[in-house]
Amino acid sequence: MSKKQVLVACGTGIATSTVVCKRVEQLLKDNGIDADVIQCKVAEVGGYEDTADLLVTTTIPPREYKMPVVKAVNYLTGMMTEKTDKQILDILNK
Amino acid sequence: MSISIEEDLVLLDVTAKDKFDLLSQVADRLFEKGYVKSSYKDAVIAREKIFATGLPTVLGGVAIPHTDVEHVVSPAICMARLTSPVDFVIMGDDKETVSVDFVFMLAMKEAHAQIELLQNLMGILQDEEALRFVKTEKSAEKIAAFVKERLAGTAE
Repeated sequence: MSKKQVLVACGTGIATSTVVCKRVEQLLKDNGIDADVIQCKVAEVGGYEDTADLLVTTTIPPREYKMPVVKAVNYLTGMMTEKTDKQILDILNK
Repeated sequence: MSISIEEDLVLLDVTAKDKFDLLSQVADRLFEKGYVKSSYKDAVIAREKIFATGLPTVLGGVAIPHTDVEHVVSPAICMARLTSPVDFVIMGDDKETVSVDFVFMLAMKEAHAQIELLQNLMGILQDEEALRFVKTEKSAEKIAAFVKERLAGTAE
């Protein structure tokens, strides 16, 4: 399997994506998925449109992108996180 | 710890007519104490309109308003507890709201930094007992000390 590129984006790239980024890195590592996890502002997502395999975000994407999107606000609140884990893994294992 | 969490940054019994009034009062305190620039208040309000920060938790709603690093002078967290809740839009949603009675306003100086502190903050949001403490404790000094200790990961 080739190396995947995963974007983690929030509004400012300061607070929530930092936490989600760490969580996603751990999830991928635990499941043996080789990926670059890139943290950015949601405004920067367009620049990765041709290379990213997945966008994980805590905000509303301003438009449709080529890559699939997983919402990850529950990584902050700790509720129903298994469902989000599964969504991410299912997309990257395709 | 390089981030300020002080007794004078814990506002108790705040009354606000809506979320913007609340954000304004909390941002004013950060500005009065010299942690943020005068531009911070408008920036944090503008950002809340685009990127909402309400979070439903195990014990009611909490919000974590913040904005871009250029408006910050020195990193700090200002907490505010409301006498009656105001509605915030839920993070990642465009309409749905959550009734918020406690906010952690973050003034961060660097992007992608303070990972452990932020993880520990989310730890508080996932911990019913910790939330109960900050939402009910009468002493601002004790709340500041409690949050400081939790965010540091260990007692100082």
